[in-house]
Amino acid sequence: MSVCLRGVAKAFGTTEAVREVDLDIGRGELFTVLGPSGCGKTTLLRLVAGFERPSAGEVRVGDRLVAADGAWIPPERRRIGMVFQDYALFPHLSVERNVAFGLSRRERRREGRGGAAPKARAALELVGLQHKAERLPHELSGGERQRVALARALAPEPELVLLDEPFSSLDATLRADLRREVELILREAEATAVLVTHDQEEALSLADRLAVMRAGRVVQTGAPEEVYARPADRWAAGFLGEVNVVSGVRRGDRAVETWLGSFDARGVAAGVGGASAAAGSVHVAVRPEHLALRVDRLGNAEIVDREFRGHDVLYRLRHEVGGTVLVQLSSLELFEVGERVHVRPARAAVASVVD
Amino acid sequence: MTALRRAGRSPRLPSPLLTAAAALVAAACALPLAYLLVRAASGGSAAWSVLARPQTAETVARTVALVTAVTLGATTVGGTLAWLVERTDLPLRRMWAVAAALPLAIPSYVAALALLATLGPGGALSRAVPGAGAVDITGFPGAGLALILSTYPYVYLLTAAALRRADPALEEAARGLGRSVRAVLFRVTLPLARPALGAGALLAALYALSDFGVVSLMRFDALTRVIFQQYRTLFDRTPAAVLGLVLVVLTVIVLVLEARARGRAASRAASTASRPAPPQALGRWRPVAVAFCAVVVGLALVLPLGVLGFWTLRGAAGAGLSAEVVTPAVNSLAVSLGAGAVATVAALPVALLVVRDPRALTRGLERLAYAANALPGVVIALALVFFAARYAGAVYGTLAVLMFAYLVRFLPQALSGARTALLAVSPQLEEVARALGRGPRSAFAAVTLPLAAPGLLAGAAIVFLSTMKELPATLLLRPIGFDTLATEVWTATSVSAYSRAAPAALLLVAVAAPIVLHLTARPDRHSRRGAEGLGAG
Repeated sequence: MSVCLRGVAKAFGTTEAVREVDLDIGRGELFTVLGPSGCGKTTLLRLVAGFERPSAGEVRVGDRLVAADGAWIPPERRRIGMVFQDYALFPHLSVERNVAFGLSRRERRREGRGGAAPKARAALELVGLQHKAERLPHELSGGERQRVALARALAPEPELVLLDEPFSSLDATLRADLRREVELILREAEATAVLVTHDQEEALSLADRLAVMRAGRVVQTGAPEEVYARPADRWAAGFLGEVNVVSGVRRGDRAVETWLGSFDARGVAAGVGGASAAAGSVHVAVRPEHLALRVDRLGNAEIVDREFRGHDVLYRLRHEVGGTVLVQLSSLELFEVGERVHVRPARAAVASVVD
Repeated sequence: MTALRRAGRSPRLPSPLLTAAAALVAAACALPLAYLLVRAASGGSAAWSVLARPQTAETVARTVALVTAVTLGATTVGGTLAWLVERTDLPLRRMWAVAAALPLAIPSYVAALALLATLGPGGALSRAVPGAGAVDITGFPGAGLALILSTYPYVYLLTAAALRRADPALEEAARGLGRSVRAVLFRVTLPLARPALGAGALLAALYALSDFGVVSLMRFDALTRVIFQQYRTLFDRTPAAVLGLVLVVLTVIVLVLEARARGRAASRAASTASRPAPPQALGRWRPVAVAFCAVVVGLALVLPLGVLGFWTLRGAAGAGLSAEVVTPAVNSLAVSLGAGAVATVAALPVALLVVRDPRALTRGLERLAYAANALPGVVIALALVFFAARYAGAVYGTLAVLMFAYLVRFLPQALSGARTALLAVSPQLEEVARALGRGPRSAFAAVTLPLAAPGLLAGAAIVFLSTMKELPATLLLRPIGFDTLATEVWTATSVSAYSRAAPAALLLVAVAAPIVLHLTARPDRHSRRGAEGLGAG
């Protein structure tokens, strides 16, 4: 089921949590909304779910107008599955009864094998927890609770599932595994999913497409690769990961010449950069891994700090022209602090004009 | 655009029906005070002359003296016990911990009965020892002692819980910085316990101020007793109404003083202890400490139980075990169960509104409902007598008015129970239920209600217990010939008919004890609510 937001705004008193948001989420898509805490992303999700009513604008789910001025469909009639940050499992009900909660009375009464409603059983099997059907939520581990919450949301076969920071209560090692697992489950269920998170890695690795939010507005939408490599503005660039912002001059409509070298700057998302595109001087954002190093006693930079991170290494360089530059390389080959190096754009390096 | 910007009512906000129900309950609670004001004001110059009488000033002075003595006594006794039990190597600490809280199950007028039966005129002592004929505990000493014995458990429970929560590392750090044991007690432990001591002192003061049973049995002319007598003996009801308002003013003063004294201290008790504090060695003071505990528990617990047991057996030996006590017992149970149910049902919409929609308006409603908590039972009863006689003659003198008085008086207890219970249920759970296709009412019934049920029941149990013990409103508002255990104990004790009073009192204690034990068994979770909830005399 597709989701479509047009000019959606939500104010709580004088605070505007969501301002003029337009979004189109395609059928079957795994869509992520990424933003720092307090950016309005959870409010956006709650507006789609029907727990909040927009102050302005309209929300469409599938072909139904669910919220607009004069139109309102309450959450219980939207057929949307919801997974909360701390799972919100009903503590007084067994796993199976939690999962069966959203089924109609008729579906619940129809008993399959093992005495459970077939749909509840199927949902439990989907998340691999059929053997814990009789447990109470407090007897489960964090990861299991998460999967029960997902099964409960999926059991009534909704066409849209909303997930609010679903992995943030789990510890780091569990998180990565469960992330992949949840992605597979969602794809198997063929549901459209909207996931809200503040974790860049999570958003980038899970999403088909993502939206970056800041202060109630959507700053940028696009595929993860695109949003990461070509952020729309300086803030988005910094929020998605480490970045070098360097000044340069446009050469034609696809290249930017900077003191670090020449970068491919095609297809830059609209933004401040677009307006000044014709004018010569611009700033571009370059990811640290889009730069390469070579030991060169007469090179243009010196390594001042090395942060070893296991699979990769982040170097801090003092460049003879432009000051500090971050470079990220694989840990295969190590450079020493104090070494003189030559820094240049890596092969296929891209940059994004940010202002 | 303005039309578009019109904010829709969020689906989380409660329905107008709920708001209306809550407003109705709050208004009902405010009714007695409002009417009392009107009644006193309509008295005109007669009202002023009551205020100007020298007897009025004397009564107020007596009341203030009693309240001060009880507050100081209860705070000292309760605070000392809490420190001994929680922070020292007192022998048998666990036993003292339970025994010190148990007097909560003994209504204050039963404590007064026990003192009268032993130390009163014609009591056991004056009969047993020929030379002690002049022993007479009635008046200020008796009233003060009975009230201290009934109120120190509040201070004890709150302070003990605070000391248990306070991180012992603070005290250890002070020792490490070179302070003596005594210095640590006064400069670290006491300040840590101060908010709890203050809260306990407030409860003791309000209790002493509103108590009717003890002062009437001890024949001490505090405000409540004078109000009752004025009402009973005078045709003109203006004096009673005016004195009732004076009592209300004193109550407000106590509340204001406490709020001032508390200041910012309340936030200090936030720390949580990860481990129990190592006990402080009492050394040669151990026998003194044990003797202190023994005297307090002896007077507050053993003496009443002994006296009640003695007189019950003696009465049973004289005439077959009184059938007289059966009817009051049934009556007590019936009204108490009713009050528990009614108060809980009435508290639900108010609590729901406050928890779900904490706006200024709803907080106002809640305050209104709580305001009645501080109103002495005599005042509530008096206001309802006036009101019913004037405007609702049909229900005057019926159980309906009595139940209404219980509702006004004990709603705050049910309210705090319901509020805690509902707060513990995450609103997300209801949202999940909504997203899974349940309507608002179905979501509430399937999720919130079952999860809140234990808390609601606990609140109902406290109201039940308070109603069992309630005396002044029952005396003033009961239908003619309707006796409860509380009125039976009071009436019989007033005429020194201890063998008649004892079985009823023993029944009261027997009903209250398990509830008190349950509420104090997990002191950290319940003590505050429990201690406040159990206050009714």
